[in-house]
Amino acid sequence: MIRLLLRRLLELVPTVLVIVVASFALVRLAPGSPFSSEKEIPAEIRQKLEAKYGFDKPLPEQFIRYIGNLLKGDLGLSTKYPQRTVNEIIANGFPVSLTLAAVALLWSLLVGITAGIIGAIRQNTVWDYTAMTAALVGISVPSFVLGPLLVLVVSLRLHMLPPAGWGDWHHVILPGLTLGTIYAGSIARLMRGGMLDVVRSDFIRTARAKGVTEWVIVWRHMFPTAILPVVSYLGPAIASMLTGSVVVEKIFNVPGIGPYFVDAAFNRDYFLVMGIVLLYAFFLLLLNLVVDVLYGFLDPRVDVS
Amino acid sequence: MKCIQVGLQSDEIDSQAGSSLWEDAWKRLQKNKLAWISGLFLVLLGIGCCFGPAFLQVVWGYDDHTQNLAYGPQPPSLEHPFGTDFYGRDLLARVLSGARVSLSVGLLAAFVAAFIGTIYGAVSGYFGGLVDSLMMRIVDILYALPYMFLVIILVTILGKSLVLLFLALGAVGWLLTARVVRGQVLSLKEQDFVLAARSLGTTNRGIIFEHLIPNTLSSVIVTFTLTVPSMILQEAFLSFLGLGVQPPQPSLGSLINDGANQMLVFWWTLVFPGGIMATMLFALNFLGDGIRDALDPRMKT
Repeated sequence: MIRLLLRRLLELVPTVLVIVVASFALVRLAPGSPFSSEKEIPAEIRQKLEAKYGFDKPLPEQFIRYIGNLLKGDLGLSTKYPQRTVNEIIANGFPVSLTLAAVALLWSLLVGITAGIIGAIRQNTVWDYTAMTAALVGISVPSFVLGPLLVLVVSLRLHMLPPAGWGDWHHVILPGLTLGTIYAGSIARLMRGGMLDVVRSDFIRTARAKGVTEWVIVWRHMFPTAILPVVSYLGPAIASMLTGSVVVEKIFNVPGIGPYFVDAAFNRDYFLVMGIVLLYAFFLLLLNLVVDVLYGFLDPRVDVS
Repeated sequence: MKCIQVGLQSDEIDSQAGSSLWEDAWKRLQKNKLAWISGLFLVLLGIGCCFGPAFLQVVWGYDDHTQNLAYGPQPPSLEHPFGTDFYGRDLLARVLSGARVSLSVGLLAAFVAAFIGTIYGAVSGYFGGLVDSLMMRIVDILYALPYMFLVIILVTILGKSLVLLFLALGAVGWLLTARVVRGQVLSLKEQDFVLAARSLGTTNRGIIFEHLIPNTLSSVIVTFTLTVPSMILQEAFLSFLGLGVQPPQPSLGSLINDGANQMLVFWWTLVFPGGIMATMLFALNFLGDGIRDALDPRMKT
């Protein structure tokens, strides 16, 4: 098991390298420079600025220096926020974005799995239709519509939760719901499909014949197999939750990493853009690895190695 | 010459066998009332988007960009069914115009994605071996990248024009199609008709484009219908962030952003663009589900 994990981790190395090279090329070959959006800067100051960040050197040399720093865990300086390093910005923002995504994930799993199971065990009844229509509505209402509506109703009319900001658990609920609902819809559909795939298997009929209660059949016998499509969807879902939080963070004024990224891409803040892209890519690669291994545990038919 | 003749014949056989698939699918789709209603709504919305703004201008003299600051924001009325926005512009005209942007970007980007994905997947599956592993490895890597971040970088690099927007979305959105097509080609290429074509001297390109891709068409259509709403969503996502369609050209995403900023006082500026956006996505998803169920009855559970 440990050997397998180590091998999979080693396999990540070339992938990460490709991502580093590709994103470096993409960001650096783009027209414009970090200093071009400002007002006319005197040539002298511009030269000094470029020297400070090492932009005066040839690109290959800059790349090698970047890789060197990267190995030391140093992501460089931000050009937009001259007093701050990329490491600092990420250290402040990433935990916030991660918390938001975690709440959204929890919500989507809770609602999605429940709705999916109800839809499947009451197939083709009002329960099923209601759950599946609700799931489709959830998929169809984008976060940037749902978010403002929730603020309007829950915060501004009912005064139940704060409309924006970040601090204690009150602040995390609305953005979490907003971000998670779309995925709850998808998970409900996958879960229902997974349940319906196993509902007619022989081992379920055997369990019924043995007189096992319905509750135990659903949770002990059907659930572990039926959850598999949901598990394989988790990788892409978490990926898009993390990037989707850009919009939600903007709506609820949450100090996560999203707003920084949009600003950084706009202002050609090279090191900040690279840092965030690499962090997310690495995080997602690790996550996909975890999902793969988890899948192997849950489904003995899959050979993980 | 002989090759072409045989090719034609095999195409005829394909189309005979295929037509029954399409006929079956059409029959199944006709029975699906909700898919019909969704389709009808989308057709009406499409017509409304194409001719609505021009119609409003001729009949009432509104367009989607002339400001009337003195008039200001007005609640919905008979004269302005959706009300007017902060600058006194008719919101119905702006929503229709924005929906037109959404629909066209969604369709074109999904088309770009289907085009790239089909060819990529077919080539990868057909050649197999090292080529296949390498090409699929690239897909895996792209899957792992934070997709929306990539689009944001592309949009800020390429500039904010409508054409570049759907190219950027399509350029990143082809992965699913590529995987689906590759999977199908892997099994299709082992079948006898491919062997027959090859033994008659059909080139690799001929086999891929004339024999394999036409046979994957139903799955390509299914992924296409599922890609359209996600492309529309992403365009609106970008416009909401101010990275997509630029003012004064309205887009549903930017209209929703404007509405969200003033929803407490002028609720209609959020509710109508948001409602149209959600209804449109709902209809597209429903129609997509219907088409998927119709074309691939095994997936209906």
